[in-house]
Amino acid sequence: MILGLMKDSTLVSRGSDTLRTVADSVRAAASQAGDASNGSWIIGHVADSHTLEFAPFGEIHLPHIGPVNILGLPVDLSITKHVVMLWMAGILLLIAMRIAARSYKKSLIPGKFASVVEILVLFVRDDIVLPSMGEKGKKFLPYFLTLFFFILFSNLFGLLPYASTPTGNINVTAALAIIAFFVIQIAGIMRYGLLGYFKGLVPSGMPTFVLPIMAIVEILGLFTKPFALCVRLFANMIAGHIVIFSLIGLIFIFGTVLIAPISVGFALFIEVLELLIATIQAYIFTILTALFVGMAIHQDH
Amino acid sequence: MLVQLDPGVIIWTTLTFGLLLVVLRATAWKPILKALDTREDSIRESMEKAEEAKRESERLLEENRKNFASAEEKAQELIKEARELAEKLRGESVAKASAEANKLLDKAREEIERDKQQAIAQLHGLVAELAVKAAEKILSETMDEARQKKLVENYLNSLQNN
Repeated sequence: MILGLMKDSTLVSRGSDTLRTVADSVRAAASQAGDASNGSWIIGHVADSHTLEFAPFGEIHLPHIGPVNILGLPVDLSITKHVVMLWMAGILLLIAMRIAARSYKKSLIPGKFASVVEILVLFVRDDIVLPSMGEKGKKFLPYFLTLFFFILFSNLFGLLPYASTPTGNINVTAALAIIAFFVIQIAGIMRYGLLGYFKGLVPSGMPTFVLPIMAIVEILGLFTKPFALCVRLFANMIAGHIVIFSLIGLIFIFGTVLIAPISVGFALFIEVLELLIATIQAYIFTILTALFVGMAIHQDH
Repeated sequence: MLVQLDPGVIIWTTLTFGLLLVVLRATAWKPILKALDTREDSIRESMEKAEEAKRESERLLEENRKNFASAEEKAQELIKEARELAEKLRGESVAKASAEANKLLDKAREEIERDKQQAIAQLHGLVAELAVKAAEKILSETMDEARQKKLVENYLNSLQNN
């Protein structure tokens, strides 16, 4: 019964996605003489753009800003689709957390919504930050809470109809990884001092001749860790969307509605899987950052 | 292009994240974490308090039990003492009573003895008087003329014989 309802509601949301896909596919078919199988329309969907599409209701053209000259480089500061999605996810997060925080102002016993938020907050605090960083982690809690909820909301926001996943843009995940990189380095430097931190990167008790190699490996490691974070989140978030679009695209490649139940069924399955992945990826990004910070402030090899 | 470097988006994301961090830290994380800490503290505190109260009540119970036991002991002692005292008092009173009785008995005996002596003395006098009177009477009845003559003659004869 519940499953049925869920299926229905997801079908509705999937339905609107399908509408979009239909509209797109028609456009693609028109421009490419009936060939929907080249997949360029999928890329058009998941990639960043300067328009918010609300097919069949129309579209909003986003303003172009720039290129602005920053540090001698021309930077295009346009508000793109993913930036808008990012802001909307952020606003949603702000509203949600304000509601939760207000519940605590009334009484120490949380309300219904605050209880749900509390589970996640306690999860981040007791299962991610404190085990990997110890008591010192309390200082970093606001950062990790913001990180976890921001990624979670961005991931989940992309599953809504007409929305797209901001974390499916490698620039967004890159920004998060850059912030994580600085948090890790600054935490280490604050703990051991500038020289002490970089000296502590190389394990002590190494034969002298491997020291240069170890130093290079460790310094490379500083950059590969956030790079892996960035790519992991981006790839996971975009993969699910591409699979969903591909499944829907099958209908148009085969050119028959008979394939639709199978496509929609599989798309629904992937959509539900995406819910799981959205949560897991938020968790993984957060716990890995926490572990890296933990390693930076506990350099006892 | 799926993977396309777009510094603008990186800058916007960084700004958004930074702003969110600042705003959320002030408006959400601080109150929520503080509330959680307060609640945890209050739970810990009340648990500690409960533990302490339990210990206190156990201590009081033990003390009560000890007090009760000592009171019981004291009561037993008092009862024993009272019983001993009563026993002693009874023994004393019995002894005293018997002594009194003995004294009374002795006194009575003495009185009886004195009365007896007195009675004997009186009886002696009376018997002597009665004897004299009886003798007188016998004498007066038996001493007629002939007897007196004979008696005198007997006497005179004895004198002549000398």
